[in-house]
Amino acid sequence: MSSSLLDTIHLAHLPPSMAVHVAVYRDVQNAPFLRQQLLSANSEFEYAFIDASVVLSRTHALSAVFRAANDFMNGRLKSRNVHSEIVFSLNPTTNIAESFRKFGITDSTKDLLVIKVSVTPEITHDSVAAHLNQYVEGTPVPFDDETLSKIADVAKIKKAYKLGTLNTAPPNQANGTHDDGMKRLELSVLGAIALRGAT
Amino acid sequence: MTTTYHPPPLPPPFHHTLTPNLTTTSPIPMELITQGAEAHLYKTTYLSPATPAALKIRPAKPYRHPVLDRRLTRQRVLQEARCLVRLVREGVSVPGVLAVDWDLNSNSNSNSNSNSNENGNGNENSRGEGQGEGNTGSEDNGTEAKAGNGAWILMEWIEGIALKEVFRGWEASLKDNNRDENTAEEQAAAAAEERVKALLRKIGVAVGGLHRAGVVHGDLTTSNLMLRPTPSGQQSGKGEKVEGDGDEGEIVLIDFGLASQSIQDEDRAVDLYVLERAFGSTHPRTERLFGEVLEGYRGSYRGAGSVMKRLEDVRMRGRKRSMLG
Repeated sequence: MSSSLLDTIHLAHLPPSMAVHVAVYRDVQNAPFLRQQLLSANSEFEYAFIDASVVLSRTHALSAVFRAANDFMNGRLKSRNVHSEIVFSLNPTTNIAESFRKFGITDSTKDLLVIKVSVTPEITHDSVAAHLNQYVEGTPVPFDDETLSKIADVAKIKKAYKLGTLNTAPPNQANGTHDDGMKRLELSVLGAIALRGAT
Repeated sequence: MTTTYHPPPLPPPFHHTLTPNLTTTSPIPMELITQGAEAHLYKTTYLSPATPAALKIRPAKPYRHPVLDRRLTRQRVLQEARCLVRLVREGVSVPGVLAVDWDLNSNSNSNSNSNSNENGNGNENSRGEGQGEGNTGSEDNGTEAKAGNGAWILMEWIEGIALKEVFRGWEASLKDNNRDENTAEEQAAAAAEERVKALLRKIGVAVGGLHRAGVVHGDLTTSNLMLRPTPSGQQSGKGEKVEGDGDEGEIVLIDFGLASQSIQDEDRAVDLYVLERAFGSTHPRTERLFGEVLEGYRGSYRGAGSVMKRLEDVRMRGRKRSMLG
């Protein structure tokens, strides 16, 4: 039942074979184990394991995937593989270790966003769903904006992107709602992802 | 001119976009909107089919030296992206940046990592004569020495119409109304003029917001100003989209291809001057109302006053102060 929540997405402009599989888990119990698999470079666990509290929305997460996939196709990866590159892509600066500290899974991660890209034909929705189902101890929740906004720690995200002074509710507009401010925060974050490494 | 125009092939990853595939997903739109000397603008989507986006492609210019071309293209696309990102952060209404690629290789059309070692024979498609010498010295400096393949920037799509259309529509209605002396029509015309004045003040405020954020546009014209309908007003009863009456909405500045970061009075004044001249040539019947733009600008931020003084000087001599280039 839990495996059915794995979302398989075809991003515009990526080759059709490159499906993106995304799952979100709350109350994850075995974050240290999952992180250990990454540290030991266990190829079975080649995933982007992201701390979901620093993810604002679907668009935020998928923008990082798009950037990593584009860099992958252009032979420009800065990290080990496309999955580590997704975590790195979330980071506004070019420090890889820092990107994992800020955006990657930590031992205390409770809400986890897992991304896997079909870089080989063997990686399918079913194979990813089965593997995650077996190893991630947590409650699967849908990968949608409603869920992510519940998990997101806006203050932490602002800090990670150095947008501390950004007003989430623009004062100059009479109808300056919370939504407008969040939209602006999201666009600022997307811009930071897009421009990382620009010299 | 009967020959059909074929825009240059799309750079990666967009070359995948139009290739027919057998998946059930509907084809992704990629519609050429406009073309300038530096770039092609397409309407397409970002991430999901529900998100429209503007794709601005700066193709490589084959007549330039490849190394110079690569550097110029990269500088310009990054300059534009940086200005936009800064403005979004500052809360100025401009299209947000969704993705950028400033480093397209000339031979990276496949999914291979191997294009770097094909440097020697990989430049058949670049016509640069200086390519050979550039490569001999530095192998690891390859990214700089190779020919580029242009750059692209993917931006948020802005709904609405260009203010050029709004003013064109208004000026056209002026022509008709002058024929008859119906008082009711005259009143309507006066009301229309008031709406145009309000719109012009809004433009001034928008340009002031841009300058306050430390950016000058470099190419302010009425085609680079959009009127985006306010989302809440969409269900209003008189929602006909007749051009000339679309004064309900928000001014969004677009096309930052010539923008730069500057807080100099001179650069800001030149921005206003360019806009004033654009009004004069594109909308002669609106020119007499240009004072409304300045009126809106004056109150929009603290430094506006001294910029307006400088504008007087710029008007006397034209936009080039240094008379170089």
